[in-house]
Amino acid sequence: MSDTVLWLTIAGAVAVILGTKLLGAYLPERWFTSDRIAPIVSLVTVALLTGLVAVQTFEAGGRLVIDARAAALAVAAIALWRKAPFLLVVILAAATAAGLRYFGLG
Amino acid sequence: MEGVDFCASMLSALRPEVQEWTAKAPDWLLPYTCPVTSSPARSAAIRQALSVSVATGLYGISFGALSVTAGLSVLQTQVLSLLMFTGGSQFAFIGVIGAGGGAASAIATSGLLGVRNGLYGIQLGPLLAYRGWKKVVAAHVTIDESTAVATAQKDHDVQRAGFWWAGLGVFVCWNALTFVGALAGNALGDPKAWGLDAAAAAAFLGLLWPRLASRSAQACAAFALVIACALVPFTPAGVPILCAAVAAIVVGMWESRRGPDANTPVEAT
Repeated sequence: MSDTVLWLTIAGAVAVILGTKLLGAYLPERWFTSDRIAPIVSLVTVALLTGLVAVQTFEAGGRLVIDARAAALAVAAIALWRKAPFLLVVILAAATAAGLRYFGLG
Repeated sequence: MEGVDFCASMLSALRPEVQEWTAKAPDWLLPYTCPVTSSPARSAAIRQALSVSVATGLYGISFGALSVTAGLSVLQTQVLSLLMFTGGSQFAFIGVIGAGGGAASAIATSGLLGVRNGLYGIQLGPLLAYRGWKKVVAAHVTIDESTAVATAQKDHDVQRAGFWWAGLGVFVCWNALTFVGALAGNALGDPKAWGLDAAAAAAFLGLLWPRLASRSAQACAAFALVIACALVPFTPAGVPILCAAVAAIVVGMWESRRGPDANTPVEAT
């Protein structure tokens, strides 16, 4: 992706997000039956974040692989389960992958 | 919000300074917060807002570093934090770009993840009854954290204080530490040697984790995982992530047929 295309993509994504926030602030509440929409939106968030986790962990060059990232994700899951703060979770995952690669694994 | 308890304990050590600061600083915030009172509820809301700001700001470091390793410049990274200003969508945007996805996938994925901010605006309704530029600023800082802090308070004035302190506090911390992270990421060299690709996966997992409380959310995540992995070998980058959203529609429809799940969380990170 060229720098110009990347800037245009950023502009498009920013416009969509800002538009959404302004719509939420300006549209009258009665236009929405948000009780019915809200659960689906919360599930869309769950589904997209899961998709991002999956691709970021198991995709390499258009194929599915299990490498150091999978081990790092397991460590992150344990840390989250133990209620570690966000930054510590991220650092532990990075250290796991970096360590395994340093020793030639994954 | 996982880091909040940790940061609250850190901040409690600074409590006298924080309290002094909160007593002084609202001068410039007066137009949009309640009259300065030293009510315990208001101090508690502001303390909570500051803890959330620090905790959220800290993962701005990882956003900045991951964004430059995904191929964005420091300026582009900073523009995302200033103008997009919603963590999940920003991480998604750089995730799709970093994986080699196209413009449409990047915009659609980040846009869909940002829909909830619009719903927060509707939910907060009367709290955001401002006009002109204040309304625009309020809309811009209507995010997971400001909504969570505001709705955790009882009194209307305290809700407003919580909303503004969390919204503006997160904005300042998030942007400052995005910049620090972007500079650090630039200086690191090969991102894989530092495990930064795995750090991105862990960051998404950290954003996902607090949303997995209900059965329907867990079912949705399992289904989304299968969809995304199944599509990876056959579709261009970015498409598997976007198609994972189908899981939400399927589980959502199934759920509305059998009645709402009692413990569906609307709460966020």
